[in-house]
Amino acid sequence: MVLKTYRQAINEALVGEMRRDADVILMGEDVAGGAGGSGEDDAWGGPLGVTRGLLSEFGSDRVLDTPISEAGFIGAAIGAAAAGLRPVVDLMFNDFVGVCFDQVVNQAAKFRYMFGGQDQVPLTIRTMIGAGLNISSQHSQSLYPVFSYFAGLKVLVPSSPYDAKGLLTSAIRDNDPVIFCEHKLLYDMVEDVPDENYSIPFGEANLLREGQDVTIVALSRMVHVATEAAAVLAREGIEADLLDPRTTTPLDTESILDSVEATGRLVIVDEAGPRCGMASDIAALVAEDGFGHLRAPIVKVTPPHVPIPAAPNLEAMYIPDVARVVEAVRRVVAY
Amino acid sequence: MRTMRAFEERMHVEFAGGGVPGFVHLYAGQEASAAGVCAHLTGRDVLLNTHRAHGPAIARGADIFAVAKEIYCRGDGLCRGRGGSAHLHDAANGLWAANSGVGSGVALGCGAALAARTKGTGGVAVALVGDGAVNQGVVSEGLNLASIWKLPLVVVFENNGYGEATAAEYAIAGGSIAHRAEAFGMPGHRVDGSDYFVVSESVGTAVSRARRGDGPSLIEVDVPRFFGHFEGDAQTYRSPEEAERARRERDCLVKFRESVISDGVLEAESLDLIDGEVAHLIERVYTEAKAAPLPPDSEFMEYIYADSH
Repeated sequence: MVLKTYRQAINEALVGEMRRDADVILMGEDVAGGAGGSGEDDAWGGPLGVTRGLLSEFGSDRVLDTPISEAGFIGAAIGAAAAGLRPVVDLMFNDFVGVCFDQVVNQAAKFRYMFGGQDQVPLTIRTMIGAGLNISSQHSQSLYPVFSYFAGLKVLVPSSPYDAKGLLTSAIRDNDPVIFCEHKLLYDMVEDVPDENYSIPFGEANLLREGQDVTIVALSRMVHVATEAAAVLAREGIEADLLDPRTTTPLDTESILDSVEATGRLVIVDEAGPRCGMASDIAALVAEDGFGHLRAPIVKVTPPHVPIPAAPNLEAMYIPDVARVVEAVRRVVAY
Repeated sequence: MRTMRAFEERMHVEFAGGGVPGFVHLYAGQEASAAGVCAHLTGRDVLLNTHRAHGPAIARGADIFAVAKEIYCRGDGLCRGRGGSAHLHDAANGLWAANSGVGSGVALGCGAALAARTKGTGGVAVALVGDGAVNQGVVSEGLNLASIWKLPLVVVFENNGYGEATAAEYAIAGGSIAHRAEAFGMPGHRVDGSDYFVVSESVGTAVSRARRGDGPSLIEVDVPRFFGHFEGDAQTYRSPEEAERARRERDCLVKFRESVISDGVLEAESLDLIDGEVAHLIERVYTEAKAAPLPPDSEFMEYIYADSH
């Protein structure tokens, strides 16, 4: 085990799977980052350097810079997947799904079902989520609840380097379209990560902390906010079960319900919006199937229903923080 | 072509009588396009279908019984009743993704072409697109990708004069689909889609070019649409004479018959014999499709994910 960043972990998963399977190709804007220019062919290796070094090892037949043309190249990746390749396509910022929504939700998600199971679409779409860089509302959203709406897609939200490598490996080996959501503030997070590729199964939540007083479900970067909050609460004598679902489709409903059965209280911490989001979805799940175990109302800790502003002070008000989580837990425990 | 025509003429009658679920968009009048395209395709090639899907599916060699059953949403239809008329897809026969997101076939076709080249199968992809889809962004994006990556793709625009109820003449800036090819750095031609031999020659050239690795081509096939956008369309956006005139003057079957007889390729009797066999086949197809059962309720949730079945 060696300390590696989230960025390195993703890079290693890609390299490992591309070495293992010649059908794995990489496509996207600037994934090599230099096609056709007068400088280096792999100048960028992705806008944040995640795919650096792949062009030199795998060549331009397998690492394809695309034009800024998401509907075109995601559509092409779907076609290539249905025809037997295993494309990993970079959607860069998940906000850009707006220009290729049809490809993702009507083509990729339905290709298998609508055609009666004749085909499979082993496609991985990597995309960045999350606020915190003061880059406003077209580069900062967390749209995994939107993707999770669509049957036919699988949706992953890794919160750590270890999970990122294992889940991306599983995604590439999986035979369905998978949306792999990378939180842009986690790229420099370090953790022990094995050198070899390994897979983490979908639909298995990670129990990060055990406690009898409250269940906290947190996703993606909010796992770290919730971890800090749980430490603060422990000093007050409040012990939390902290669950990271890791994948929103499939969702490990059993672990969530089991935990709530034991604690009787639920706080959900989600960076996606308050309406029709994962927090609402998980709250509805527990209200329907775990109501009898609840000793307090479910509390959602989410941003308000507002586009994400660029100004640092306003963006800080947008993103759920430790204090809000602590306050929410105190409230349900005192109920 | 006769099979496609007879299938659609019968569908027109059956739909009016009730019992056909959903919408149907009939291909009658456009048969020379699908026939001219499919004459050049082999088993390793992929044809991207449009929502006006019945004719191209038949031309590509999909089982016509399974085609009819899918339109009737039957359990043993091509797509097990999940897709219906507008989504005919037969992977085993290289027929793909009849699509309601019109124009997506160009992008999906880029992928099929990329996979064929990457895996060295020697296959090509042909994307059928209607004139109504030509202004979709994904079409321009796909044409651009196909050109910069020099993909083995042929994009065939079937221009039947109307995108739903809106005339192509109104909707298409510059007035020509074929001319747009130049902007993407690929050959583009407009051909008479009522003449099978003209379509076939043009597609043959484009498919050979793609197979040689010389890149994509665009063909605009000018075809008449005998029926409305969908069945039940009163077609008040065009004069009643227009469709009648098209049937009178631009029927690909009539032209084909005249051409092969005058060239001494086939005799009238042989053509009549084929027409008779087709009529018999269509009768059997519709009888069987209507009698077939709907998909079992127990399979409602199957085929969503690869590992769920």
